[in-house]
Amino acid sequence: MLPELGQILLVLALLVAILQSVLPLAGAQRGNAAWMAVARPASYAQLVLVAGAFALLTWAFVAQDFSVRYVAENSNSLLPMEFRFMAVWGSHEGSLLLWVLMLTVWSAAVALYSRALPETVVARVLGVIGLVSICFLSFMVFTSNPFDRLLPAPAEGRDLNPLLQDRGMMIHPPMLYVGYIGFVVPFAFAIAALLDGHIDVRWLRWSRPWTNIAWAFLTVGILLGSWWAYYELGWGGWWFWDPVENASFMPWLVGAALIHSQAATEKRGSFNSWTLLLAIAAFSLSLLGAFLVRSGVLTSVHSFAADPARGLFILAFLALVIGGSLLLYVLRAPRLEDGRPFAGASRETLLLLNNLLLTAACAMVLLGTLYPLLADALGLGKVSVGPPYFGLMFVLLMAPLVALIPFGPLTKWQRDNLGKPLKMLLPWAGLALVLAAIAYFMAPQGRLKTAAGVLAAAWVTLGTLRFIWTRVRANGRFTPEMTGMIIAHLGVAVFLVGALLVEAQNVLREVAMKPGQTVEVGAYRFEFQGVDEKEGPNYLSDRGHVQVFHNDRPLALLHPEKRAYASGGQVMTDAGIHAGVFADVLVSLGEPLGDDAWALRLHVKPFVRWVWAGALLMALGGLVTAGDRRFRRVREKSE
Amino acid sequence: MSTPPPRRPGLPPVAIVIGALFFIGLVGLMLYGVVRSGASDRDVLPSALIGKPAPEFVLPVLHDPSVQFGAADLRGAPYLINVWGSWCAACRDEHPVLTAFAQTKRVRVVGYNWRDEPEDALRWLDRYGNPFFVVVADKEGRYALDWGVAGAPESFLVDAQGQVRWKFTGPLTDEVVKTQLLPVLDTLERAQ
Repeated sequence: MLPELGQILLVLALLVAILQSVLPLAGAQRGNAAWMAVARPASYAQLVLVAGAFALLTWAFVAQDFSVRYVAENSNSLLPMEFRFMAVWGSHEGSLLLWVLMLTVWSAAVALYSRALPETVVARVLGVIGLVSICFLSFMVFTSNPFDRLLPAPAEGRDLNPLLQDRGMMIHPPMLYVGYIGFVVPFAFAIAALLDGHIDVRWLRWSRPWTNIAWAFLTVGILLGSWWAYYELGWGGWWFWDPVENASFMPWLVGAALIHSQAATEKRGSFNSWTLLLAIAAFSLSLLGAFLVRSGVLTSVHSFAADPARGLFILAFLALVIGGSLLLYVLRAPRLEDGRPFAGASRETLLLLNNLLLTAACAMVLLGTLYPLLADALGLGKVSVGPPYFGLMFVLLMAPLVALIPFGPLTKWQRDNLGKPLKMLLPWAGLALVLAAIAYFMAPQGRLKTAAGVLAAAWVTLGTLRFIWTRVRANGRFTPEMTGMIIAHLGVAVFLVGALLVEAQNVLREVAMKPGQTVEVGAYRFEFQGVDEKEGPNYLSDRGHVQVFHNDRPLALLHPEKRAYASGGQVMTDAGIHAGVFADVLVSLGEPLGDDAWALRLHVKPFVRWVWAGALLMALGGLVTAGDRRFRRVREKSE
Repeated sequence: MSTPPPRRPGLPPVAIVIGALFFIGLVGLMLYGVVRSGASDRDVLPSALIGKPAPEFVLPVLHDPSVQFGAADLRGAPYLINVWGSWCAACRDEHPVLTAFAQTKRVRVVGYNWRDEPEDALRWLDRYGNPFFVVVADKEGRYALDWGVAGAPESFLVDAQGQVRWKFTGPLTDEVVKTQLLPVLDTLERAQ
């Protein structure tokens, strides 16, 4: 009975979503306060209904109700309890439910924290979120019902994809979804502003923290995905320009642009229609990402199974939402007020450059992601676009962005003499160059890339410190907004160290080893001690033992594994990793070569942790900025 | 809304037209992708082997590694060669289809055990049944490159003269057997 109850809850949620969108939107148009007042309670009701459905699906997994098709396909009786919880979003239907749950959480949060906004704005914003919710709920109810029965119930389920049986993977999708869907708030705000015909700076100030929070979560989500790929896939890389990764990276790039342009619009009223377009774009790209992952349009290592019916449904809805909002934009955006004029040399110009570079990078990623499909459609044959294209283009677009970062905070709004920030930064640029030169001569390999990494990171760090110093000397206060900016920019520097240095300094050796043999890689020595069998809860594995020494001191005993899950399927490699601040050491187990010898992959990856540390700092920066009290003072200022 | 700001000229028509075309193109491309995503041959690289002689191979027989078996031993009558591995989940899905097809005894079905541990492969066949005329084991993937094997499962239909006539990537389904394999087989048999 419980699964049927879940299904009923979803249908009810769909009905409430229709209420939440139709009445408040119509009410806002006609000035009917009673209709507008439906928005908030409807939004809370939806949260309760969807959360109920989610809890029921979770219960079906915990209680192992294999009569539910989705449960039977994504778990089995050997699955450990903690993974039963995450199996809920391990595949298409459940992750869609998680997606809708996140959407209703955001919606309820907007309802709760929007007391300071005019009722018409609240009604429109919640109404637009309701529309999005209708789309997703009907998609789920009509094509992807997670509560479908499988009768007669099988005695055993098929098991969760072994790749996903991992704790990091457990929180990756929720984080990612919070981010993806968080962009619905600036999106709904943009639509509300377009419907209303003008942008009020107060609403814009109110919507800024939402963008920041969404972007911060998206950052953490992407970071977790990258981390998971790094240790679970055992390839030793942290980013593969895979279509699914790109799908999450595009809204991130546009979201980063949006954060900056919102600041300019809020403070100066500049490029406000551009900000609205970016808000629409960020959410559209989130939807596009969801579509690409779920429709099977592109093939990828971690997308969901293809089903053309689902693909068509979500495409129709994508075209409707994106096309509709762009049409509205074309019709209404020209009527928006202009912001204050600004000179060529001003912070506005720098932010505009930042925006252009970030959106160009996003367009580049979009092109690279869709190009194989395009080539196929035009009959140009099968092609795949890989790291050579993305790597090159990305560096070309990001290098000027990195070069500009320190200038932004030091340049004044509206009009400035560019000579001043240039003079402030010149000595620091010199210092960064000196550090890069030292790095060039000290690096054991990959000198140019190492120097480039040190140069970029030092430049951003020193430039940001210069800003702090200016501020301290002027006895200026550090608002959370400013602190967040500083943290995020330092995060960029830390990320640059990781990304470029690991690329330059990473060492990989593929060796055949017999027990007792040792191999030296740089300052590290690996001693292979053999392989034994280990029995996990739902798998059998060959477990290797490798003692690692650093400068002849024992560093770690690593246990790379090859797991065969009881449910069958491919063998999973689980690398043995010793994490270090300055270098990671990875060992993965290859094939047995007979005679107790094994193929081993030995990896030394310097600074790889800095990639994720940098991303974490960026996310933290976003959150700190969102915490600025200024954004919450909407009403006092308006009166 | 009561006093709209002085009207500025709208977006330049060129921008609107380009934007609209871009949007329509994108939707069209996605539509194409969605329709294609249902097609079973979507990710297939057109096999360069069709109409060409099947690549030679000589490999140990899985059930008795001391015996070598090769393409030359199969000449004279058509055969279906199926690339599989015990590690491949999709192979398990297609196994009933392949078994049903083999039981019709129209052609010999040869198993090409690819990148697998012999013990695992034997255990797998014990468990799911062995429909194969013979299974050769290519543990190191020595000949897979010649055949253009990108992943398992893959199936090739080779005619009596040793020419590749048909190739399928991915798990065979009843549908594929009915609509693709059998028609090719019919033309082969009619030609004889």
